[in-house]
This record gives sequence, C-alpha cells and structure tokens, in this order.
Amino acid sequence: MSLTASEVSVKLGTHAVVRDVSLQVAEGELVILLGPNGAGKSTLLSALAGERAVASGQVAMAGRALADWLPADLARHRAVMPQRVDVNFPLTVAEVLKLGRPPEPSERSAPILEDLLQRLDIRHLRYRRVPGLSGGEQQRVQLARVLAQVWDSPGPVVLLLDECTSALDPSHQQQVFGLLKRLSRERGFAILAVAHDLNLAARHGDRLVLLREGQTYSDDRPEQVLTAHALKEVYGLSSRIMMLPEGYPMVVPSDGPHGDYQTAPSKPVCRQAS
Amino acid sequence: MVRDEAGRLAPGIALAGIATAALAVAWLSVTSGAYPLSLSDILSVIVRPAEADHVARMVLVDVRLPRFLLGFLVGAVLAVSGAILQGLFRNPLADPGLIGVSAGASLAAIGVIVLGGTWLGRWVAFAGEWALPIAAFIGGSGTVFLAWRIARRAGETSVATLLLAGIAINAIAGAGTGLLTFYSSDEELRSLTFWTMGSLGHASWDDLMVAGPWLVLALVASPFLARPLDAFLLGEQVVGHLGYRTDWIKRAAILVAGLGVGAAVAVSGLIGFVGLVVPHLVRQVLGASHRTLLPLSALLGGTLLVGADCLARVIVAPAELPIGLMMSLIGGPFFLALLLKRRII
Repeated sequence: MSLTASEVSVKLGTHAVVRDVSLQVAEGELVILLGPNGAGKSTLLSALAGERAVASGQVAMAGRALADWLPADLARHRAVMPQRVDVNFPLTVAEVLKLGRPPEPSERSAPILEDLLQRLDIRHLRYRRVPGLSGGEQQRVQLARVLAQVWDSPGPVVLLLDECTSALDPSHQQQVFGLLKRLSRERGFAILAVAHDLNLAARHGDRLVLLREGQTYSDDRPEQVLTAHALKEVYGLSSRIMMLPEGYPMVVPSDGPHGDYQTAPSKPVCRQAS
Repeated sequence: MVRDEAGRLAPGIALAGIATAALAVAWLSVTSGAYPLSLSDILSVIVRPAEADHVARMVLVDVRLPRFLLGFLVGAVLAVSGAILQGLFRNPLADPGLIGVSAGASLAAIGVIVLGGTWLGRWVAFAGEWALPIAAFIGGSGTVFLAWRIARRAGETSVATLLLAGIAINAIAGAGTGLLTFYSSDEELRSLTFWTMGSLGHASWDDLMVAGPWLVLALVASPFLARPLDAFLLGEQVVGHLGYRTDWIKRAAILVAGLGVGAAVAVSGLIGFVGLVVPHLVRQVLGASHRTLLPLSALLGGTLLVGADCLARVIVAPAELPIGLMMSLIGGPFFLALLLKRRII
C-alpha cells in the first residue's frame, strides 16, 4: 500500500471532525474522496498530508509512518495541492512552476516544466503574472507545480489533491482527470483526490470513498458507492442513477437537498431543467 | 535584451543601473559636505597618505568613509529585512516599522541610554560598548517574535492580527519611550532624540566595528532564505509540502530580520520607509522572486539611504536634517504616488 490510514481521528478543538477513518490508496490507483460540505474531507486530507496532527490512528506512506520521513524525502515522493493557494505577489506562471522543483540546473527542469505547461494547457500563460489569472487558470498552474514536484521521482509517488478541478470548465476538468488517470495507470502514482462532481468521480475514480459526518459511509467501486439510497442518506439528494454502456454510473439529481421544489432556487430555467 | 519575456527589466540591466547610481551616491557622499573634497584630494590621501593634507585625510577617513559605509549597510539591511518580512508574512505592507520591530529596538536602546547608570548598570558594565547594540538587537528580534506569536493561531499566521499586534506593540513601546524620556536628563534627552529621528551624523569606525558584523551577517545570510521565501509566497502549508522545515525557516527569517534591524537601529536610530518602499520598487520592476529581490533591494536600499543622507547634509547646510526625517519626507509622498497610480502589489 502506498498510502495507508488506519483508524484516523482528527479533532478541531474538542470536536472530532474525522472519526476512525481507515483508508488505503495503492500504487496505480485513483481514489476519489466524496462527501457533503463539512463532512471532513479536507481535514482528513490535511491529516494524511501530515499538516494536521491526528488525535488517534496512524498514517503511513510506503510502509513508513509519516513522522519517520525526512521532510525533503517526503517532498520527493509526495505532493499536496491545497484547496486554495492565494498568490498576492507578482510571480509569473513559470516562476511558480519552478518552485515545485528542487534547486537544479535549468537544463534539467526545462523539459519537465515544458511538458507540464503543455499538458495543463497553460503554455500560453507562462510569462503572465499569477495574481492576474482567472481562478481556473490559477488552479491549473498550482496543479502543474504540484506535479512538477514529483514528475521525475525515482520511487513511489503519492498525490493528495483537494478539489483540484473545482474552478475548471468541463473540458479542462476532463482533461485534468484524464491526466491523473494516465499518471496512475502508466506511472503508478497513488492519487487521492477530493471532489464534488459525482459524475466526474464516477467516470474517473477507481474507487470512491464517501464520507458522512467524519466517518466512512462507503468505500468501493463507483457503481457500488453511487446508489440513489446512499446519495439520499449522505447528501439528502434525490437522484436517478443510470448505468452507462461505458461501464460507469451517471448521477442525475432530481431535486434539492430537502426534497421539495419550493426551497430550490425559483428561477424558471431551473424548474424546467429539473 | 532589455526586457525579458514577462515584460520585466532584465536583472542584469537593473543591476547595472543601480550599481551606477550606487557609485554616484558614493562619490557624492564622500566628496560633498561642509569640507568639500576633490578627486585629487582623495587620490593623494590614498596614494600618498603621509604627504596628504591632514584635514582632508581626517575628513575622508574618519568622517566620510565610515558614514558612507554605515549608511549603505544600514539602508541595505533595512530594505532586505523589509523584503524578508513581507515574504514571510505574505504581505507587502509588513515593514519593520509597522510590526513594531524598530520601536522595540529603539525602546531597548533608549532604555540603555537612560537607565544605563541605574537599573541597567550591571548590564552596561557587563557588555561595555556592546550593551546598546545588543539591547537593540534583543529588543528588535523580541518584538518580531512577539508579533508573530500573537498572530499565529492553529498553524496559520493571521496577517490582520499581525498588523494589529504591531500597532499595539508600537503603542506600548512608544509609551515606554515616553516614560523614559520623562525621566531622562537633558544630556540623555539629546541622545534620545537621535534615536527617534534617526541619524548617520555620529557614524564612526567604532560604530562600524560594533554593528557592521551583524549588518553584514544579515546581508550574507539573506540569500539562503531566497528559495524558501519564494515558497512562502504560496502559503505556509505549501512550504511544508515542498519539503522545507517551515518552523526553522520562519525562525531563521525572523532572526535575520531582527538581527539586521536591531543592529541598524542601534547605530542609526529609527529610519522608516526604506524597508517598505525599496522592495516594492524592485518587485515592480523585476518581479517577486526573492533571488533577485533580496540582492537588488540591498543595493537599492543602500543607494537610497546614502543618497538621502547626502541631501540631508546639503539642504540645511552647515546643519543637517536627521536622516529618518529625510526618508519619511521622500518616502511618504513617493508611496502615496504609488498608491494613486494603483501600482501597489
């Protein structure tokens, strides 16, 4: 197992935000962490990243407890993308990407950065200043920096991504998850990604972990996790699940969280659409 | 190539420009003043010291040279410390003055001046001529640490809290300074005024011996912080993810800034705006990467302070304006102009 969490609990103050969650992400696996707002996804991810102390339980990477890794070694094998990275200073895209790399001659970093600029479709932005970019562009820049950090890592790689496509348009969302999937297949990256888009998760996740109130509600293949019953219980969302011929489920929400149209936004367009 | 692909001035061009300006102010600083020196005076002092005019030699070696060197070092260190703190706190407004470092350092310095004969007598006896700069250093780094501790909650440094804490620390240090002023004798009052308005007028080789090593140490140590400080621009969490030991870097940065500003305040008193304006200017022209920001801020800060010192000597000659006053006179309107052009950040 590349990343293993066993019975992890995390407390914020006295409140246990994550309770006894066990989770594994194997080499070559893309696991997507789902759950409603406040279910503890980001808190769990930050505990797995070693940013936040666990109240109880164990987090290990490649069989070694997180605390036993030297920070520099850890950074060679694991990269983390936080939910938000605000850049207030006039750094260019190329400079931010370079921050992901260790000190090295530019002959070594240049091809890697070039490759990533291309793959994340930010090549045309490379000399622009990051604070002036749109939210989605900034997100792609940060993801490129995160990938640059482990791109040529010699050993196992773990990626922890917190809503890495939340600001992206649908086409870039597909592009990014397609890339993540290829990285897990071809290069054996172990990837844990927090997401909100159920269909994106269903389409790309090898396994989905659904959190509810800080506990694992289910942890299985997409078609097992994404059931109308589970979505009703966890999100309070009524939905129909359709199995697509491609072999993965598609979620079609049918009404709002409280199950009545009156509390949903009352724009006419919404009514027709639902 | 004058500009790079990002439309920024190429660092080499900027370096050449600032270096030229630095040489120009160096020349001005050494030659101009109540006793003007010419090129031949200076050459004769250097080449044939024994035959040179005695007064010219004294003015050059004992007055102008230490004053230029100290002014340049202090300006460089203030600018670099400003850049370091702004990077650390991810806030372009984090000037040593705003977060109370200078106030803390000068309170400690004034404490030594006023209480040196009484309460702090043992400290002065123990530390000798080092008593004042060391006290200023402890006062300076102590206040940065205090402001930083107060602003830090649950692993994140809150910038708003930091600035508010800075205001409170400034007020407390100001009250302490006021109290000491109240109890000071006339003679102490004169040296005290020196601290609050800033001056290079007393610069001597002794000052340089005492403060110089700390100033140089801060300047030499700063490039080692460049990479991690760049990472800090992405947030404290990211610094850890990139494999840096976040806490070590924060402590090192605070130590370097506190050490530098403490030593600077110890020999020159309170000089504002250099730490705020210089890194801003460099960022506008060359971008935010600390690898260019730190060295060029140092060069520009030194140049600016020596230039301002020349002006301060000339404007009301044969008297001279306190350099801190001069900097605020130049820096204030300049900063407002930047603000009005909306080129902040």
